[in-house]
Amino acid sequence: MARVSMRVDGVTYTDEVEPRTLLVHHLREALGKVGTVVGCDTSNCGSCTVHLDGQAVKSCTVLAVQADGAEVTTIEGIAAPGGALHPVQKAFHEMHGLQCGFCTPGMIMASIDLLKDNPRPSEHEIREGIEGNLCRCTGYQNIVRAVQQAAGEMSGTTDTLGAQA
Amino acid sequence: MTVTEDAATLTPQSPEKEVGKARRRKEDARLITGRTTWTDNMVLPGMLHMSVVRSHVAHGKITNVDVSAALEAPGVVAVLTGRDLADEQGSIPCAWPVTADMVNPGHPSIAVEEVNHVGEAVAVIIARSRDAAADAIELVDVDYDLLPPVLDMEQAVGGEADLCHDHIDSNTAYHFVFDAGEAGTGADTEQAFADADVVVSRRFVNQRLIPAFMEPRSVVVQPQGENFTMWSATQIPHVLRVMLAMVTGIPEHKLRVVAPDVGGGFGGKLQVNPEEVLALLIARRLGKPVKWTETRSESLMTAHHGRDQIQYIDIASDREGNVKGLRCRILADMGAYLRLITPGVPALGAFMFPGIYKFPAYRFECDGIFTNKVPTDAYRGAGRPEATFAVERIMDELAVELGMDPLELRRRNWIRAEEFPFTTVAGLEYDSGDYDAATQQALDLIGYDELREEQRRRRESGDPVQLGIGFSTFTEMCGLAPSRVLGSLSYGAGGWEAASIRMLPTGKVEVVTGSTPHGQGHETAWSQLVADQLGVPFEDVEVLHGDTAVSPRGMDTYGSRSLVVGGTAVVKAADKVIAKARKVAAHLLEANEDDLDFSGGKFTVRGTPGTALSIQEIALAVFAAHDYPEDVEPSIDADATFDPVNFSFPHGTHICAMEVDTDTGFVKIRKYACVDDVGTIVNPLIVEGQVHGGLAQGIAQALYEEAVYDADGNLTTGTFVDYLVPSAADLPHFDTGNTVHVAPGNPIGAKGVGEAGCIASTPAVVNAALDAVRHLGVQDIRMPLTPERVWRAVHQGGDGGDRAAAPTNAQAVDSAGAPGTSSQGGDL
Repeated sequence: MARVSMRVDGVTYTDEVEPRTLLVHHLREALGKVGTVVGCDTSNCGSCTVHLDGQAVKSCTVLAVQADGAEVTTIEGIAAPGGALHPVQKAFHEMHGLQCGFCTPGMIMASIDLLKDNPRPSEHEIREGIEGNLCRCTGYQNIVRAVQQAAGEMSGTTDTLGAQA
Repeated sequence: MTVTEDAATLTPQSPEKEVGKARRRKEDARLITGRTTWTDNMVLPGMLHMSVVRSHVAHGKITNVDVSAALEAPGVVAVLTGRDLADEQGSIPCAWPVTADMVNPGHPSIAVEEVNHVGEAVAVIIARSRDAAADAIELVDVDYDLLPPVLDMEQAVGGEADLCHDHIDSNTAYHFVFDAGEAGTGADTEQAFADADVVVSRRFVNQRLIPAFMEPRSVVVQPQGENFTMWSATQIPHVLRVMLAMVTGIPEHKLRVVAPDVGGGFGGKLQVNPEEVLALLIARRLGKPVKWTETRSESLMTAHHGRDQIQYIDIASDREGNVKGLRCRILADMGAYLRLITPGVPALGAFMFPGIYKFPAYRFECDGIFTNKVPTDAYRGAGRPEATFAVERIMDELAVELGMDPLELRRRNWIRAEEFPFTTVAGLEYDSGDYDAATQQALDLIGYDELREEQRRRRESGDPVQLGIGFSTFTEMCGLAPSRVLGSLSYGAGGWEAASIRMLPTGKVEVVTGSTPHGQGHETAWSQLVADQLGVPFEDVEVLHGDTAVSPRGMDTYGSRSLVVGGTAVVKAADKVIAKARKVAAHLLEANEDDLDFSGGKFTVRGTPGTALSIQEIALAVFAAHDYPEDVEPSIDADATFDPVNFSFPHGTHICAMEVDTDTGFVKIRKYACVDDVGTIVNPLIVEGQVHGGLAQGIAQALYEEAVYDADGNLTTGTFVDYLVPSAADLPHFDTGNTVHVAPGNPIGAKGVGEAGCIASTPAVVNAALDAVRHLGVQDIRMPLTPERVWRAVHQGGDGGDRAAAPTNAQAVDSAGAPGTSSQGGDL
């Protein structure tokens, strides 16, 4: 067993883990952070995407021991309970960027990371930017709209892209 | 039961109608913040974890299962084999014996003597942790006497075929026939073909697909004395409860099934899964909670697949392009076993092959074939995508043969707006629509004339990138289903749906629906319906579902039935609430019932201004029950069950413009436009989202997805690396529109939208690709249109070939003697 300590959504946790434990399993099973989900076993689907020291990672491709000393943000940590939603969360709701919602935590975390690197992405850049995250419900069009909407709000310009536009 | 005779149009009661509004979804709040209740999130005290040891051979007799090493592994509590569970496991149920003499070989949840597909359960491990259960899988040794696998349907029905199941006589489960001449709904088909000027015959392959819902299947069972609660990632908690009671002998009233948040289904979670049965049996045996959650690889390998038909289609016409007959002979792959509606999927499609066209004669024959592969069953559209693909492809082939414009051929033969309701050659009564209007709108949306002009320019200049335009003018059958029709098709249950409305003392409203959502937005749409009917605020409505203890009656969600059948039940229950409230209002307002108006949630006395009593006030009054009429109960709650008298028939026109790079075989959708008529639109945001999602899956069948088995019966597309679920970068922008022809069969006027995009899009995409390269001599390209296949079709002729590969399991070849199916490989 190895001792790991990480700050997750603002709280520091110290645990003994098996060295082979994946970060996503540590988050879900030891810390109860079940907002982050597992959708595949080959790192294709991106459902488990979290931020590790500010960068989006698929938490099924990171060992918990590799996150020792790191700052982890999950979908549960980007808006305080009862507080304002993150602009990307809000945009996914406004633009109907989700249906079953299983891919949504990972999709939102990947989109936040995309907008950090490229605050005003084109449709093509958004599609390329989130291609590591699979969604089976939406056909992606409203996810693209949501990212465009959030980009507008986060960069302070008013976007008038309607969901029906 | 059937209450459509007095079906009025939906009456808006509040000043601003909720129906038609793009309400943002109530469901989203928990989903976008990660506060979800997926089954795999659940942890119970003392919970044990189940893992499944699976067969790595497609066909064989089990000679020995050695579990001794696994039993010694740390954390392992029990290891059970098929023999341990043989007496109590029963058979996975098949609810749809499509013919009286259909052969059902039986479907054990865990193999006892013989395995019939790769991935079939041969042992289960119960351990204290997920990791311990997974680690012990490789400690179980299973020995098999290998048998030759049956993998190719055309070989399976040949003379010297090996058998998939040696205790039945052939590989054919059933032979299903619909003949319009015999049914009295059309002319004699053989005569129609004999008299025709032109006959075009084609063989289409509608490949095997995997539903690939994003949330892997998961089940948790908690025993409580002789009672059991099962949480499962299922589309069908109500059906599952009945079936589990029948299979396991656990009395139905001792069993509660809960579908918490469920991450997609697309038909793939319309099943009684072997693992659900096993988790229940083991929880009963050990008296402890048991959880099983599949890995993605396990899901792709063992959850049921969809489609998988070989279609021999003949169309007859005169020289002017008036169609005279349609003849379909289908081989439908059942896989190794018959699951819940495995045999029914092609039979459901049987009535849709004529599409929107006025064929005078029609004959359909289907053989359900056993192969040593995972069973097929419902996948988005279930029988209708296969039918639509066949008819929309063969119409294009006929147009080429006649030298006609494909749209002109369609227009010449489709049902005209003034002919509705129209009884088709398959005996269905299409309800409403206007195929011309939808087509014209779609042509405008895509900019048709410009695209044809560009196509001409590219042809003339010999551009290596050619442009093609493909059509699909489709209809489909929704609102499953009239119970009597299901009965006439030998289905094991009805197609009604139930709802209850509970008026709470504070005026808030609980709506209980038997239709269980897994992403469709029922909580939002049902709230809109109830807000309009009862005149209460949208926010005051809570929709409850998915728990057999909360929602005791239901038929669940599939076949685009939820709004059409389940939503109507909600509207009917609301009507009853108003009728009950009217009596109380008359009493409290000291007026005659007949003098009361109900509008905007308030009862008023006609001719007496200033008198008003809201339905929410009445809810409080009957809770207090201090003053109510003598002859009524102190409650305005109501239940309703709705059973439709007919299906509903959404339709639309889908147009795809496709670029085909003839040098590389790479295809790219340049533009995609569709106009769908789904009747009344309750929430345009949700409707558009359903169309988008359906398009993605239909396009994926055309371009990306195929479940491929090698010559040993191994699934070679067993991970998301190999099974190509498209990403955002793989799909185009969709231009969507609607026409609205209200469905006459339900008071909402809705037709259903869940499957439309998936059913319509596949042939539009393939027709577009072929339109780009027809002039190069290409007649067909097998789906999915991979660059390799397209390149081969363009440069080598043929349809691009089979993707099945040579054997990968050397042991199977060496020790089985003669598997005898190696001829499947080598096409490429």
